[in-house]
Amino acid sequence: MSDTTPRPSPRPAERSGWRFSAWNLLLLVPLLMLVTPWFNTVTPRLFGMPFFYWVQFVWVVVGVACVAIVYRMTRDEPVTNAPDELGVDDLDERNVR
Amino acid sequence: MTNWVELVVFLVLFLVVTVLGFLAARWQRGGHLEHLDEWGLGGRKFGSWVTWFLVGGDLYTAYTFVAVPALLFSSGALGFYALPYTVVLYPLVFLPVLRMWSVSRVHGYVTPADFVRGRYGSSLLALIVAITGIVATMPYIALQLVGLEAVLRTMGINASGILGHLPLLIAFVILAVYTYQSGLRAPALIAFVKDILIYAVILVAVLYLPAKLGGWASIFDSAQAKLSQPSATSGGKPQGSILLTGSNQLQYITLALGSALALFLYPHSVTGVLASRGRAVLKRNMVALPAYSLLLGLLALLGYVAIAAGVKPVTNNATGRPDANTIIPALFDSQFGSLFAGIAFAAIGIGALVPAAIMSIAAANLWTRNVYKEYLHRSATPRQEARQAKLASLVVKFGAVAFILFIDPQFSIDLQLIGGVIILQTLPAVAIALYTRWLHRWALLAGWVVGMTYGMYLLSIIPNPATGRRHFGGSALTLDKLTILGWHPFAGSTVQIYVGFVALVVNLVVAVVVTWLLRAAGVFNGPDQTAPADYHADEGSPRLKPVADAVAGAPGAKVVASE
Repeated sequence: MSDTTPRPSPRPAERSGWRFSAWNLLLLVPLLMLVTPWFNTVTPRLFGMPFFYWVQFVWVVVGVACVAIVYRMTRDEPVTNAPDELGVDDLDERNVR
Repeated sequence: MTNWVELVVFLVLFLVVTVLGFLAARWQRGGHLEHLDEWGLGGRKFGSWVTWFLVGGDLYTAYTFVAVPALLFSSGALGFYALPYTVVLYPLVFLPVLRMWSVSRVHGYVTPADFVRGRYGSSLLALIVAITGIVATMPYIALQLVGLEAVLRTMGINASGILGHLPLLIAFVILAVYTYQSGLRAPALIAFVKDILIYAVILVAVLYLPAKLGGWASIFDSAQAKLSQPSATSGGKPQGSILLTGSNQLQYITLALGSALALFLYPHSVTGVLASRGRAVLKRNMVALPAYSLLLGLLALLGYVAIAAGVKPVTNNATGRPDANTIIPALFDSQFGSLFAGIAFAAIGIGALVPAAIMSIAAANLWTRNVYKEYLHRSATPRQEARQAKLASLVVKFGAVAFILFIDPQFSIDLQLIGGVIILQTLPAVAIALYTRWLHRWALLAGWVVGMTYGMYLLSIIPNPATGRRHFGGSALTLDKLTILGWHPFAGSTVQIYVGFVALVVNLVVAVVVTWLLRAAGVFNGPDQTAPADYHADEGSPRLKPVADAVAGAPGAKVVASE
């Protein structure tokens, strides 16, 4: 399958396997949306839409906000910070050892 | 009768996409396509935009676009589960997907089964994961054909017998040829066209149709009026409701959660992830992909719009039954001018091609890496691997066409339902293994066997009164029927739950108990090829394995040194 040649053991500079950031807990917030009894009603309506429907659209925004916050707050994470604007070919060059 | 304007618009757009599919072989091209990294993963260098379109086109398929509104049309609020499903999805998979990308990039894994192989040193466990993936994906591909066919039949290409399937066959032959040639780049490029069309169509539909039909309030009211009429098949009970009822709330919750957990276990989702350039690309996508969820939610509501507009499903002349999946195409057909309806149909039709291509590539990768190379031809070179995968993608696609041609399409819909249940059973071996190797490899196998058997058994005792079937009638299990070796813990309950969820819980319990036993007995848990830091490597890291063209060109680069 893939290479099984022994690799040099991880240098101390690289971070270990478990990393925890308190910001990650935000990722659990959207799960609250699964508590359906909270919003299983027709009123209040918005633009004629029952509560059950429009509130779930609001949850889409909540979900995006949670993931976006975690993304921004844990940005220091990458080992090397390669900007996305980098040309595809440059990247290829760097990957050749 | 055939609507010629719709047909011509459809054909023109289909032609554009076909040309793109062939040109894709030259786009962002690395060395050559004779390597799985190139053919099967597009060179592993897609940026944020390409990944967004590719994964979006991959997850939100034509079938989703026709089946979700059809479910609201026929049974009401339950069908809206698709929205919470895609909302909880991204926060749930945000961290595991990044780990999967990194470890795969460090070790050159192409499939989720490759990872399992490396993590547990067990080709048997990898084989099980690979076969589960292939079996779950096949009916999914067939379903894309159901979506495409719904559109074709609405346009009036609705002949009976084998002849009625001919246009479908032609469309798929074209798709098969350019996927063979261009690999993952073809669907990536076509996804741009598909999504732009879909966005345009849905936005116009959700703004224009409610205004035309008297506003959302009256649409929901007429939906409630129709759904509360007693259904003919279930003894005077209402067909559905625009709110959840006491008995289907748990089904709604577990179906949304179970589907979210299952989605990134499907091989085609993993293919989309591994094709991206780096962790930042994936993170950005996890923030941006819910734009599709918004779209899906709006689209789902068109099921109610169809009720308000009094649309009737088209009768499928090949099976003689009305096909509920034609409800959205029929709505567009009746409410829009021919030109716009043609664009809408093309959007759905092309929406079938993108995921079908990615799924067949993913299944082909699984076959090549975890069956062919592992068991049939251990010394295969990258070139032979790529060739094998290309051939396998053809076989997979024609297998899907044969499904639709010779077997009742209803069968693939049932199988897709089963597919969700069975792919969930690989969660402990794939997703949990990304974090810990605590679960023992033999325990994972035992959990898989028990979860799979129990899931199949539960599915087999679910009847469907609407179609008169006694087995495999759906994925909603009434708790009353839930048995554990003859014991009914919830006898008398009418509450329903998603079978996949129950089977996963059983799977996990077995895996934990057996792990505990095996650890007590001191049984060897296999070698681990991965190191903790592998799960955090990002683009530019020296840990990463060079991609295809770098490797293939280098003299003496022996990627395939199998132990």
